[in-house]
Amino acid sequence: MTIGLDHYLFVAAVLFTLGILGIFLNRKNVIVILMCVELMLLAVNINLVAFSVFQGNIVGQIFAMLVLTVAAAEAAIGLAILVVYFRNRGTIEVEDINAMKG
Amino acid sequence: MDLAIKLIVLLPLLAAAIAGLFCRIIGDRPAQIVTCAALLIAAALSIFVFVRIGFGPENAKLVVVKLFTWMDSGTLNVDWSLRVDTLTAVMLIVVTGVSSMVHVYSVGYMVEDPGIPRFMAYLSLFTFFMLMLVTADNLVQLFFGWEGVGLASYLLIGFWYDKPSANAAAMKAFIVNRVGDFGFALGIFAVWMLSGTVNYADIFAKAPEMAQMRIQFLGMDLPALETACLLLFVGAMGKSAQLGLHTWLPDAMEGPTPVSALIHAATMVTAGVFMVCRLSPLFELAPTASAVVTLVGAATAFFAATIGLTQFDIKRVVAYSTCSQLGYMFFAAGVGSYSAAMFHLTTHAFFKALLFLGSGSVITALHHEQDMRKMGGVKEKTPQTFWLMWVGTLALSGIGVPFVLGNGIGFSGFYSKDMMEESAFGVHTTVGLIAFWLGVFAAFMTAFYSTRLMFLTFYGKYRGDHHTWDHAHESPAVILIPLYVLAAGALLSGYIAFDWFVGHDWAQFWGTQSIAVKSTGEVLHEAHEVPVWVTLAPLVFALAGIGLSYLFYIVNPALPALTVKRFPAIYALFYNKWYFDEIYDALFVKPALAIGRFFWKKGDGATIDGLGPDNLAARAQDMAGVLMRFQSGYLYHYAFVMLVGVAGLVTYFMMTAAR
Amino acid sequence: MVLQALAFYVFAFIVMVSAAMVVVSRNPVYSVLFLILAFFNAAALFLLIGAEFIAMILIIVYVGAVAVLFLFVVMMLDINLAKLREGFLKYLPVGAMIGFVLFLEILFGLGVLGGNTTTLAGIGKAVPQVIAIDNTRAIGRVLYTQYFYLFQVAGLVLLVAMIGAIVLTLRSRPGLRRQRISEQLYRPKDEAVMVVKVPTRGGV
Repeated sequence: MTIGLDHYLFVAAVLFTLGILGIFLNRKNVIVILMCVELMLLAVNINLVAFSVFQGNIVGQIFAMLVLTVAAAEAAIGLAILVVYFRNRGTIEVEDINAMKG
Repeated sequence: MDLAIKLIVLLPLLAAAIAGLFCRIIGDRPAQIVTCAALLIAAALSIFVFVRIGFGPENAKLVVVKLFTWMDSGTLNVDWSLRVDTLTAVMLIVVTGVSSMVHVYSVGYMVEDPGIPRFMAYLSLFTFFMLMLVTADNLVQLFFGWEGVGLASYLLIGFWYDKPSANAAAMKAFIVNRVGDFGFALGIFAVWMLSGTVNYADIFAKAPEMAQMRIQFLGMDLPALETACLLLFVGAMGKSAQLGLHTWLPDAMEGPTPVSALIHAATMVTAGVFMVCRLSPLFELAPTASAVVTLVGAATAFFAATIGLTQFDIKRVVAYSTCSQLGYMFFAAGVGSYSAAMFHLTTHAFFKALLFLGSGSVITALHHEQDMRKMGGVKEKTPQTFWLMWVGTLALSGIGVPFVLGNGIGFSGFYSKDMMEESAFGVHTTVGLIAFWLGVFAAFMTAFYSTRLMFLTFYGKYRGDHHTWDHAHESPAVILIPLYVLAAGALLSGYIAFDWFVGHDWAQFWGTQSIAVKSTGEVLHEAHEVPVWVTLAPLVFALAGIGLSYLFYIVNPALPALTVKRFPAIYALFYNKWYFDEIYDALFVKPALAIGRFFWKKGDGATIDGLGPDNLAARAQDMAGVLMRFQSGYLYHYAFVMLVGVAGLVTYFMMTAAR
Repeated sequence: MVLQALAFYVFAFIVMVSAAMVVVSRNPVYSVLFLILAFFNAAALFLLIGAEFIAMILIIVYVGAVAVLFLFVVMMLDINLAKLREGFLKYLPVGAMIGFVLFLEILFGLGVLGGNTTTLAGIGKAVPQVIAIDNTRAIGRVLYTQYFYLFQVAGLVLLVAMIGAIVLTLRSRPGLRRQRISEQLYRPKDEAVMVVKVPTRGGV
């Protein structure tokens, strides 16, 4: 059968949902959260590129490239923060990060 | 004349205001001077008013001075106005005379007290309220004075407010008075309902037709005037400590002795007698109510005397004797002999105040010792007080020589007490006869305990602490002079005033507008016609009482203890005041406290607070506890909540967009 | 066509499975490696629809830089194997349900399930169009002309990120002596040189 737009959109939706679930279902460490953010951005990228191709408008791919840029920058900063945090706390387990407890 | 009357009533108020409000500025001595001066001026003016009204012509016997309007509401018109007739003039003399003596006495008695200006101010304030009471021209102003003297009594009994017993006694006085005042208020309402007015003149004019009316009260159909008079008498019972509402009077001795002399001997407690005499036109038309008054009065006279036999506190003995003498006055008023009741009120004021103030002199001499078991032989240290107390005691016992010089010669109490007994016998009713015999036995007991007081205190060997004995001394002049003045009254007032009050000139003295003359005339006429033994009976019994007391306390001091051992039950009954306090405590006080506690804890606390503020606070805390779990500090919890929110919002928009 | 469909299904399946494994893996290194696998398969998906430039960029940047960075950090932080915490199972049903609901809504909104045909998906159900030039050239034509500013800004973003990362993680070791050149240069003359009159044969 012909692979149409909705197949790609389906895949993107699955990835997005998995990324969201991963943020709060994970009980291990903070790096998994960052990886889930990357997954969500990947899902968005798939969406953008799929739309761009199926509508013949190149702008979607430009935007996907910019998203890529930002994702890389954000991953770098996030990991830098994580490293500093680890230096101060000695642990990156999610259960120990409850200083905002009210 | 009008000015004199206004000054008499308002000077004490002014003095009270100055001494009370400006005590910090003016200090102790000026406060004393202002109040004593005001009272002495008022006393002098009272003598002037008394002479003008009492011995003036008939048309000058009633003076009404209207001050200003109080209430003008529909058919209820009440004014602040001062009414002075013979009855009022007599009371003015009594009140201002005794009050001015008490003021002067207090300068010496309260000399070490830190609250002198407050005391003087309260005394003057009390005098003002009492004067308002006696010069009232309508029932509402009477009630104003009535309540005011109750308030002043509370303030003065609880003057030493750091003593818990004084506070309790003050509360007891006020609360028991309240019960009486409730009946009194109902009586005033009944009178207004029946006659449509509260002014004395109008009420008395309508009295004959009120006697025919009937009234629905508590579902019963009752004769109207009888009911109203009974309710009014309930008020008198409270204020004058008659049987049933008497429990506050002995405890009121917690106040300083001048207070006891002024309020609980001469003036406030006599307000009830005054009220009955003032409303005598009503009582004269209500025979059942008058009979109740007679019985209650006679019972009180007897009952209080039995308790007075056993008490050891010197002030309490005098207090119970006051209660007893008030009973005499009430039974005299009950049989219709209002002028005799007023006569005894006047003489009693003198000798009872003398006895209280004399006791106060002894108490200060022995450095605030009040228990007679620790006294004895004090006559060596305080000779003047000793002789003055004898004057008072003999006056109280009613000692005199009858039949000589027309009306007899004797102390003032002799004349007035005899008059009351003769009136009670002379009406020839069952109630009167009961009153007569109870009065005679009470006279026996009165003489016994009065002389017992004298023997225990002044004779024999001193039984107290030697240190106190060494420091005991006679009181200064400022204390003794009032005693002398009162002693003069106790000696002479009976002889001098007999004719005016109850003798030949009584009709001219009292006039027609002060007390009910019809019944008074009949009663006095009968009273002067009684057999000789009736006149002699109280005297004989009194002498017997003195003799027995001499036997018990001077000749053979072991006899009292033997008598107690012989009749332990009766002694216990008398000593414990016939267990009235205990009965009232179980019947009224404890249930009231229990109900109050129930409403406080369960009603107010559990129900209203529990469903209202406390409940809201607790629920708020519960909700906060629940909401607290959202603030876990874990980022993934927050992300989850956001996700749920997003899902909800998207669902919502999808649903609303789909429509 | 069949091959294309088959390839799509294979790659799509692997992407989804490896995304799930990222979340579920116990070993963090495995998580990173699964992430890398997901990226590779996504790139393959891109290739399948003709966006080969994006696919290559995805591999170079994401896999080559970002995922390796993740691996560096994982290795550096020396994270232990984590036990599966009990909270995971407690939240799983609720979370899965919420996730499923969200998933359905995404699909609905995009027009993949039900919905009305005026959504974008409806428009784009057409066959992918053949473009005359290749992907790279097409992107290049637009990126440096129409979206030039965005391109520059993207560069700035990367610069700021780099500076930020350095600022965050730079540590100065205490007790380390360094030269402060600026202070050296700004030394005033009267602190540097002291003129002393020395008597002959006297010493300082």
